[in-house]
Amino acid sequence: MALSPRNRKIVGAAMTGATYSAATMAIVPLVAILVMLVVRGAGSLDWNFFTRSAVPVGEAGGGFANAIVGTLLIVGVAAAIGIPIGVGAGIYLAEFGGGRVGWVVRFVADTLNGIPSILIGVFAWTLVVRPTGRFSALAGSAALACILVPIVARTTEEMVRLVPNSLREAALALGYPRWRTSLTVVARTARAGIITGCLVAISRVAGETAPLLFTALGSQYFSTNLLHPVAALPLQVYLYATGPYEEWHRQAWAGALVLILLVLLLGVLARLVTRSRHQRA
Amino acid sequence: MRAPRLSSAERWRDLRIVSRGDAVYRVALLALALVLPLLLLAIVGGLVVGAWPAIKQFQFGFLTRSVWDPVAGQFGALPLIFGTLYSSLLAMLIAVPLALGAAIFLTEFAPRWMRGPVGTLIELLAGVPSVIYGLWGLFVLIPLQRDIIWPIVKPALRWLPFFSGPFYGPSVLAGGTILAIMVLPYVAAVSREVLRAVPPAQREAALALGATRWEAVWTVILPYGRAGIFGAVVLGLGRALGETMAVTMLIGNRHEISLSLVQPGYTIAAAVANEFAEAVSSMHLSALVYCGLVLFVITVIVNAAARWLIWRVARGSAAGSAAV
Amino acid sequence: MPDHAAIAPAVTAPSPVPSRTPSAPAPTTAPAVNPVPRLAVERLTAWYDDTAGVRDVSLAFEANRVTALIGPSGCGKSTLLRCLNRMHELVPGTRVEGRVLLDGHDIYAPDVSPIAVRRTVGMVFQKPTPFPTMSIAENVAAGLKVGPPTSRSERDGIVERALRRAALWDEVKDRLDDSPLALSGGQQQRLCVARTIAPEPEVILLDEPTASLDPLGASRIEELVTDLKREFTVVIVTHNLQQAARVSDTTSFFYLGALIEVGPTTQVFTAPTQPQTEAYVTGRFG
Repeated sequence: MALSPRNRKIVGAAMTGATYSAATMAIVPLVAILVMLVVRGAGSLDWNFFTRSAVPVGEAGGGFANAIVGTLLIVGVAAAIGIPIGVGAGIYLAEFGGGRVGWVVRFVADTLNGIPSILIGVFAWTLVVRPTGRFSALAGSAALACILVPIVARTTEEMVRLVPNSLREAALALGYPRWRTSLTVVARTARAGIITGCLVAISRVAGETAPLLFTALGSQYFSTNLLHPVAALPLQVYLYATGPYEEWHRQAWAGALVLILLVLLLGVLARLVTRSRHQRA
Repeated sequence: MRAPRLSSAERWRDLRIVSRGDAVYRVALLALALVLPLLLLAIVGGLVVGAWPAIKQFQFGFLTRSVWDPVAGQFGALPLIFGTLYSSLLAMLIAVPLALGAAIFLTEFAPRWMRGPVGTLIELLAGVPSVIYGLWGLFVLIPLQRDIIWPIVKPALRWLPFFSGPFYGPSVLAGGTILAIMVLPYVAAVSREVLRAVPPAQREAALALGATRWEAVWTVILPYGRAGIFGAVVLGLGRALGETMAVTMLIGNRHEISLSLVQPGYTIAAAVANEFAEAVSSMHLSALVYCGLVLFVITVIVNAAARWLIWRVARGSAAGSAAV
Repeated sequence: MPDHAAIAPAVTAPSPVPSRTPSAPAPTTAPAVNPVPRLAVERLTAWYDDTAGVRDVSLAFEANRVTALIGPSGCGKSTLLRCLNRMHELVPGTRVEGRVLLDGHDIYAPDVSPIAVRRTVGMVFQKPTPFPTMSIAENVAAGLKVGPPTSRSERDGIVERALRRAALWDEVKDRLDDSPLALSGGQQQRLCVARTIAPEPEVILLDEPTASLDPLGASRIEELVTDLKREFTVVIVTHNLQQAARVSDTTSFFYLGALIEVGPTTQVFTAPTQPQTEAYVTGRFG
């Protein structure tokens, strides 16, 4: 530091200002996106939008009902498959995961968490679409479940680890076998945190588009059949946004607004679950 | 009322109760846990099997050739690999200073009341789905870049190789910018954790020696957290490399190598997303899966490096890996 | 206060336990007292990897009496306590040599389940640990879930009886379904005592039960302890010498993993036979 004291002060002030601007520039896109979503999308959120499915181009009155229901279906099935496996793996890692097996599972979970979701889509295509010869909601759910499992496993592990050892000891001292301690005392105490982790993971996969591109494929029709292609909210937004019609673009904004509201809602729900536990104490 | 006290012999028999439940429980949980390594093996296996025809045909030349002709069955992934690395590099160049600045702001300079809300806002950014970034990029960012910013800076920059050629809108610049926006919250959040983990004694020692707050940050805190911050950057890179939807909506999707940022480009993820469902032939599909395999290897290595760096500093937590 | 005058003759009339010094490795025998000791330790050595926390200790715990284990930090008293209900082995790298006899049967015999042992030998820990997701009543009844099946009304009766015995009933009888986290530290500890005694174990172990409590809470626990010996055999580890003097009938002094002296509480405190004991109880070290 060979600068004079005055210069050092100036540099300090300048850099402080720089960090202020950096933080501002980091937030500006978020605000811009949210504002644009509301401005361009809110106007199209009418009753039609939520209750009618896509209509042929040129006709008016189409909606996103099939996409919304499709997302609920695919994410629901994915959660039904992925959450039990993820929670079970997470409890294993926390309770028995000190050895080599635990280390390997943990490393694998972290690796899986870093795989681009498009490649998971390729995998689900190889696993479900190619053998069955058709695109289907089930294939989409399989892809999303593969993304869910490692996320839920790691967050569950972290939540269960937080349970103080003294509670385990107290249960064991009562003559509880390990399994009963783990389930009825440890996991039950960590329940709120585990649920929060699941909700966060669900909100993450609900917004995924890439894994659905060639598994669920998307569809113009309303369908709840797991064995057929099905529309999904993010997928429909992508298809409409990149399509050539103004009408589609308008609906894409509305669909995106619904999607971000869904994600925000799940996030708020997750926070509520944790807070209510703390308030109880 | 409870049963009367057991006699000595009955108590002795009592002591022999064996719990088989523990073994069953542990095995059941282990079975669920082993799904993960099985899944990883299946994914790797699926990718290799799918890519095999292309691997056999093109071998390593695939990575150095630039042709992409599905009809003629000729494939070379060099433009894809170049585009993936180039767009991610651009994204990191933009995002890292901003993210680091924001992280430093949050841990050092921000007034207390601001830290929570601003931190939450940045975390919210991380939760926005990729397709929404793409939508916004398509209808807001690209017009902004092409119609407002470009005409202003064109005279000054046009002679640089990075800005040569016409600017139609979809471009490496657009893709790189949106990638920067998407990656910023991750780098910022992890950097913030790293900086928070620096012992306060370090900062106090620097201040006690007469440093200004900025000097304390620059000369003591940042070097202390250097490894972790580097890890955060590598983590962001890992995310940028694999990002698909926003990129394919903004980058132009053209198999071409060009230094010019205003030209269209392509990434592996975008190519797979775009061409997979309508692949012309099984060799086309196989070539795409081959690209996917390359992307897989790159991202696994990059992410493992990031995790190792962060683990060395900030007691590697699940939050860090779940953020990946 | 235990009635030393009444107990002392019964205990001291037969030959007192020959106390051990670290340099004299002669094994001790259990004192010949009336009634037969419910719990006894025979040449017990407890290992943490390569270090012995407890070395070659033999000791008897008389039925329906309170035995205190005292000694400076690291002397092995807590380790010994945890061997009595097979909690010591839960830590990786530990092992136990020797025998612990419950009514004459070795609880470390190869075909004995530690889970069954822990249902017979209960433990109260230093920090109160009510289960946070269960109500007060559910906490007390927690131990019943792993015993013989009971009906709803039986459970309610047991819960009330346990809470009464723990001197907590009047304070919680109107909020049995509430969370135990609203209780004070002392109340939570009494809740843990109620939880431990509800399944009617034979022996109750207390590991520094008042260490994290305020004086009022601590004194109420002490009243409980002296009351509990009517139905249970009680072993208490404590740092607090005055507490040991107040609540126990027999006191054993440990140092560096070895049993130095054991005898009636009044004798150990007023006329200890070993120099280390005397140094400790008079406060010259500890």
